[in-house]
Amino acid sequence: MTEPREKDAIIRIFRVHKRYPGKHALVDITLDISRNDILFINGPSGAGKTTLLKLLYLGEPVSDGQILVDGMNLSRIPKKRIPFLRRKFGIIFQDYKLIPTKSVFENIALVLEASGKKRRLIRKKVKSVLRTVGMEERIDSFPPSLSGGEQQRVAVARAVIGDPKIIIADEPTGNLDVESAGIILDLLTAFHSRGTTLLIATHDKDLVRKTGGRVIHLKEGRLIMDVTNPLRTEAVNPTKN
Amino acid sequence: MMVSYYKRALQDLLDHRYLNAVTIITIALSILIASAFVLFFVNANEIIGSWKEGIRMMVYLKPSVPETVLSELKQQFQDMQTVQSSKFIPKEDALANLRSQMRRQTSVFENLRENPLPDAFEIRLIPSYQNVEKIESFAKKIESNPAVAEVEYGQRWLGQFSNVINLFRLAGYALVGLFCLAALFIVANTSRLILYSRQDEIEVMRLVGATDGFIKAPFYIQGLIQGALGGIVGLIALFIVYSLISSNVGQGFADGILRIRFFSPQLSIGIVFSSMLVGWIGCFLSLKQFLKS
Repeated sequence: MTEPREKDAIIRIFRVHKRYPGKHALVDITLDISRNDILFINGPSGAGKTTLLKLLYLGEPVSDGQILVDGMNLSRIPKKRIPFLRRKFGIIFQDYKLIPTKSVFENIALVLEASGKKRRLIRKKVKSVLRTVGMEERIDSFPPSLSGGEQQRVAVARAVIGDPKIIIADEPTGNLDVESAGIILDLLTAFHSRGTTLLIATHDKDLVRKTGGRVIHLKEGRLIMDVTNPLRTEAVNPTKN
Repeated sequence: MMVSYYKRALQDLLDHRYLNAVTIITIALSILIASAFVLFFVNANEIIGSWKEGIRMMVYLKPSVPETVLSELKQQFQDMQTVQSSKFIPKEDALANLRSQMRRQTSVFENLRENPLPDAFEIRLIPSYQNVEKIESFAKKIESNPAVAEVEYGQRWLGQFSNVINLFRLAGYALVGLFCLAALFIVANTSRLILYSRQDEIEVMRLVGATDGFIKAPFYIQGLIQGALGGIVGLIALFIVYSLISSNVGQGFADGILRIRFFSPQLSIGIVFSSMLVGWIGCFLSLKQFLKS
């Protein structure tokens, strides 16, 4: 790793292993992610992309190793503090994970309600973020009445409304057509340009090529490539023999 | 924040109308049956209490008890802390009383060669000494005196009645406990069903940084509302049954001999609060298990 990246790292992953019964999902991953970085986690299905992201917000515990997120050591964090760790993240899923029985407004407002924000502020912020993602007109709609692209825009709105330090997107364009995928990517890069660290797990190489930035490649749970510029490949996993 | 919790709780109650209605009806039935037992005991205790009031005991003496023994006995009764008052009734006075009470049957007394009635003491016990067991042991103690022929008190049958009531009371406690458990079980299961139906929503809540408190609060509010509604409906049903029974009892018995009454407002509120507690504990149990998994 280069010296400046270590100093400004918002996420530090050190010799992390993740094992499931009968399977090694991640093997000896060491990685620093700088503030305001765009990081693409690339690799085929089953390579460990989603698992790696889940470890960051404690969707799963690590089997071995250490992870630091914005100064919080995840192996020492008490259960009660996990919600506060998760508020550092805005998470976008391939299947959107919107609550079908709640309106667009309620789905997005939930993030601010959970962090105890005042109702008046919530209303104002939700309207503003929906305007940004171009979904203001659908504020009272319910997710099942929206197209896939629209649902993902709502999911992006939900991810960014809490002003998270890090946005995690797990295959955000996996279920979308090219046009919708382009809109989502534009939105994500726009939020990144405001200072948010962006982690995108994808196996879509076109998406990576169009956006540029740092790319890591996982294969069978191992980090096999770390590229910050397509022309230059950095040393990979220096702690590994 | 609290407004949001209440809003979510009410929304959930409406979204799962059927399940919640079943829960409320179950709680109401449990409260109805358990409260019916409580109401029975409250009234039975009051009736027994009123019958015990001013309990009077007649101590009949053997014939020809010497004057010295009589004064000793008199002194003995006066010294007893459990005796409120004692009065010696000589057999002559007793016969005179009987004659005056049976004025129309004077022929009965005409052929009497001697007074068949014994000398007696009339004893009234202090109010705090009106436990059936205590009265019985007191009577036995007096009967053991060689000058005493017999001790009689009209409420002797109260002992047997109290035994029956005690048996009912035990059965009642068991039934009240069972019905509370049943209500608890139903509330816990309803909450669990609702929790399972909202599993995805709860997962999303957790992912966006909701604390367990934020997730749990509406469920607790729902449990309290279910408990309160169940308690109120159960008490109303009991009041209707009570009104029907008390109007029939009132017609069948002489003035106020067997007057039954409903719970006091304080006790009614207490029952509704107990019902709310059942709702809360039911939610607590299912949430604890669900969120752990």
